[in-house]
Amino acid sequence: MSWFSGIAYILFAPFLGGIIAGLDRKISARLQGRIGPPLFQPFYDVGKLFQKETLVVRQSQHLYMEFFFVLMVFSGAIFFSGGDLLLVIFAFTMAGVFFALGGYKASSPYSFIGAQREVLQMMSYEPAVLLAAVGMYMVTGSFQVAKIIEYPHPLIAQLPGLFLAFFFILPIKFRKSPFDLATSHHAHQELVKGITTEFSGRTLALIEIAHWYEYVFVLGIGYLFFASNVWFGLLMTLVIFELLLVVDNATARVRWQAMLGSAWVVALVAGGLNIIYLMWMKG
Amino acid sequence: MGMLSRSPWVIHYDGSSCNGCDIEVLAALMPRFDVERFGVVNTGNPKHADILLLTGSINEQNKPVVLNIYNQMPEPKVVLAVGICATSGGIFRECYNVLGGVDKVLPVDVYVPGCAVRPESIIDAVVKGVGILEEKRAAFKAAGKA
Ligand code: SF4
Repeated sequence: MSWFSGIAYILFAPFLGGIIAGLDRKISARLQGRIGPPLFQPFYDVGKLFQKETLVVRQSQHLYMEFFFVLMVFSGAIFFSGGDLLLVIFAFTMAGVFFALGGYKASSPYSFIGAQREVLQMMSYEPAVLLAAVGMYMVTGSFQVAKIIEYPHPLIAQLPGLFLAFFFILPIKFRKSPFDLATSHHAHQELVKGITTEFSGRTLALIEIAHWYEYVFVLGIGYLFFASNVWFGLLMTLVIFELLLVVDNATARVRWQAMLGSAWVVALVAGGLNIIYLMWMKG
Repeated sequence: MGMLSRSPWVIHYDGSSCNGCDIEVLAALMPRFDVERFGVVNTGNPKHADILLLTGSINEQNKPVVLNIYNQMPEPKVVLAVGICATSGGIFRECYNVLGGVDKVLPVDVYVPGCAVRPESIIDAVVKGVGILEEKRAAFKAAGKA
């Protein structure tokens, strides 16, 4: 892992992320007994969005989304070049903040409520992600992704609770049921389209590509739990993704209180117990 | 085939239909017909939509709503009048409050007759609409606004 893989991420993550998004739609359709769109459908969608008119409510709303995009690429690039996990999480949070700000700025009631929910979602997943980073540090003795990945045994063996907490918040990051409160890829949406309601054309395409980067990056964190063997890691990442889709299709959206409460309880109980166990093991 | 025709996002608005046509529109999304095979997404958001799919006739009350939705859609866009109510007013034509079909307020691109329309004809209409979308796209580009 070096700056080389960071550049590879910047160049190829959109392709990988787009295919992940396509797989998502295809598998979801199969789970619902439909045939589903072609695998490359997300690329057609984004290609189309670039051909459409971009409606503007306020000029600055686009600026926020551009920041969101840049920070998303930045945090993923640091992660994949083996940088500091804490810095990665911080940059990732900043990206989320700009995404929410963009929604606030567009000043429509739908995107406004969507942005509020986005902030609540960030509050929900943050503890689990931070605790996972702390747990990885306690096991491997480093916050550097490059060091964590060299650890000879699968981290999951020592971090099962933290992995559970991480898996629990994955639907938030993938914008899937039961936690797709801020915006959703499915037709069911009481907020029109939530946070992205007021975005169209080019900017919407940019948001979509940023989400592809996000997919690859978030699955990359999942990979860390199994990183001792490359093939095992990749296989497990696929399994995680598949499980996520099953959960998505089997659940309905919950209220934000339930999301925040359950995400924190799982993070603090499962993750907290896990960390106490690690401290106890170290003596 | 251009990108536009591979990913038509549809917004469905129910004017004053009897709901017969709307059920057929939803049937087109269901496993038997599954229009998502062609990349069709039923979005609830005019700003993300390429195709405005209207069922039911136009009356005084929904006229501003229909216009509002249409005006919020980004170019290029296409309007489908689905069901005989939407094409001409249908059996509600004589009602005191009904203005008539969608073409009384909007430029309609594809008329789809039927009471209720069959899902097959809706899919057919979307495919026709997509062709018109590409033509409009070319005109839009020529006008130098893309
Ligand atoms: S065309 Fe027939 S089925 Fe469709 S809305 Fe009109 S009356 Fe109902």
